[in-house]
Amino acid sequence: MAAIVTISAICVIAAKNPVHSVLWLILSFFTSAGLMVLIGAEFLAMLLVVVYVGAVAVLFLFVVMMLDVDFVELKQGFLSYLPFGALIGLAFIAEIALATFARGTSAESFNPHPGAENNVEAIGQVMYTEYLLLFQLSGLILLVAMIGAIVLTLQHRPHVKRQSVAHQTQRRRSDAIRRVDVKSGEGL
Amino acid sequence: MSAFIQEHGLLFGWLTVIGQILLFTIVLLLSLAFLLLMDRKVWASVMLRKGPNVVGPFGLMQSFADFGKFLLKEIIIPAGANKTVFLLAPILSLTLAFAAWAVIPVAPGWVVSDLNVGVLYLFAVSSLGVYGIIMGGWASNSKYPFLGSLRSAAQMVSYEVSIGLIIITVILLVGSMNLTEIVDNQAGGFWTWHVLSWNHFILFPVMLAMFVMFFVSALAETNRPPFDLPEAESELVAGYQVEYSSTPYLLFMIGEYLNIVLMCAMMTILFLGGWHGPIPLGEDFVANFPLWMVNLGHLVWFMLKVIFFFFLFALVKAVVPRYRYDQLMRIGWKIFLPTSLGAVVIVAGYVVYMGVQA
Repeated sequence: MAAIVTISAICVIAAKNPVHSVLWLILSFFTSAGLMVLIGAEFLAMLLVVVYVGAVAVLFLFVVMMLDVDFVELKQGFLSYLPFGALIGLAFIAEIALATFARGTSAESFNPHPGAENNVEAIGQVMYTEYLLLFQLSGLILLVAMIGAIVLTLQHRPHVKRQSVAHQTQRRRSDAIRRVDVKSGEGL
Repeated sequence: MSAFIQEHGLLFGWLTVIGQILLFTIVLLLSLAFLLLMDRKVWASVMLRKGPNVVGPFGLMQSFADFGKFLLKEIIIPAGANKTVFLLAPILSLTLAFAAWAVIPVAPGWVVSDLNVGVLYLFAVSSLGVYGIIMGGWASNSKYPFLGSLRSAAQMVSYEVSIGLIIITVILLVGSMNLTEIVDNQAGGFWTWHVLSWNHFILFPVMLAMFVMFFVSALAETNRPPFDLPEAESELVAGYQVEYSSTPYLLFMIGEYLNIVLMCAMMTILFLGGWHGPIPLGEDFVANFPLWMVNLGHLVWFMLKVIFFFFLFALVKAVVPRYRYDQLMRIGWKIFLPTSLGAVVIVAGYVVYMGVQA
């Protein structure tokens, strides 16, 4: 499974077609969820599938399909972005290494549900006690991001016809239909 | 499962699991053939038609005839299509539709995999179902399927949100995500089913509303009428599957109907007591019968409920006019989402202050 994750992750970068790379990305998300199931963290695995594969990647796919990205042009800028990308990659590796060294590599430190019956409880117990502040802060950041996105895209154009649902449902027969006696040969 | 394998040896254990999966698949496909017929028959009856009645007695063999015809037709792949993704899409949607059934318990212990995050698994797999549709629409490399798939996907993603929240209310009430435990929580007769939940009297209106909303969301999630805007056959050139023919189309269709039956099964499990009959028979009475007979009885109840829901799905298709797309989105985001969020808060408050869970 780890092999599939790695290969599909490489394919994300290597694929010529942007839609294909998103599909590879989805495969790598999905397989990493499989890895989590293997170490016994089913709850996290399912959340990964629901949130990343089921929601985030769908929107990703939407955007990539709708945008007409010229990939040849993007490829030419590859070298100039390389140092920045490498920096981010290095930072990630450093973080993971740090976390691993800090916790040690004993079997107990990788126990998916320490001190609780299953890992749903285990996560709930620390998330709403020890890390409550961080948890709420991250929620707040998401809220700010959401409001920001709405503010950026919301624009009231003055001459747009809008549908008022209340108006539509209140419409009665008498408002819409008028009986007219038309004399023959005259028309309205 | 692992305990079972340890007891009976690796080979026997795996063989049993594979046997269970095969049995599930075959039974599902066979019952799907007749459910499809039922769908058409109900639809026909409402319109005072006879429906399929030529192939076999009462048209019982109609689905099998259709099946044969689908298989014998030529598979046409559009010249501009992305061949791999084009063929992968229907396979993916069928596989996912089957995979979701792995955690559905049809009778006590009669389940392929009794995950303790069963509900979440169902939710995850059904949220993956969008990919078959998007991939199919995109790979066809044509405008109509692409637009159809975008409409479909937008609709499914929107209603997933409210379905997720409604599921959370049930999870809160039970205190477990295991489907077997959710069913067993409703063991005490029809008044303890989550639709009514008279044992939590205050919650009765909330859960009833949740049930109705789940039903409507399930209609929208499976692109069934009155929310079948992605394929609205009387108004548009179908949806994402325009370019598909023969077996790939068949796979899409089976996947779609499997998802509908899955939704029926989910409603049965979450709200209608799963395999439990409406009136509990009492331990002493049940003990007179051998276990397999009891389980068979449970299975019959489960299937009856699923068929009842499928009948409702078919009936809705026949009697309700189609919605407009903006109305669909309005219901999903402006009515269902806030209402189900409110219900989550109410149920959570009830659970905490009444001490429902230990």
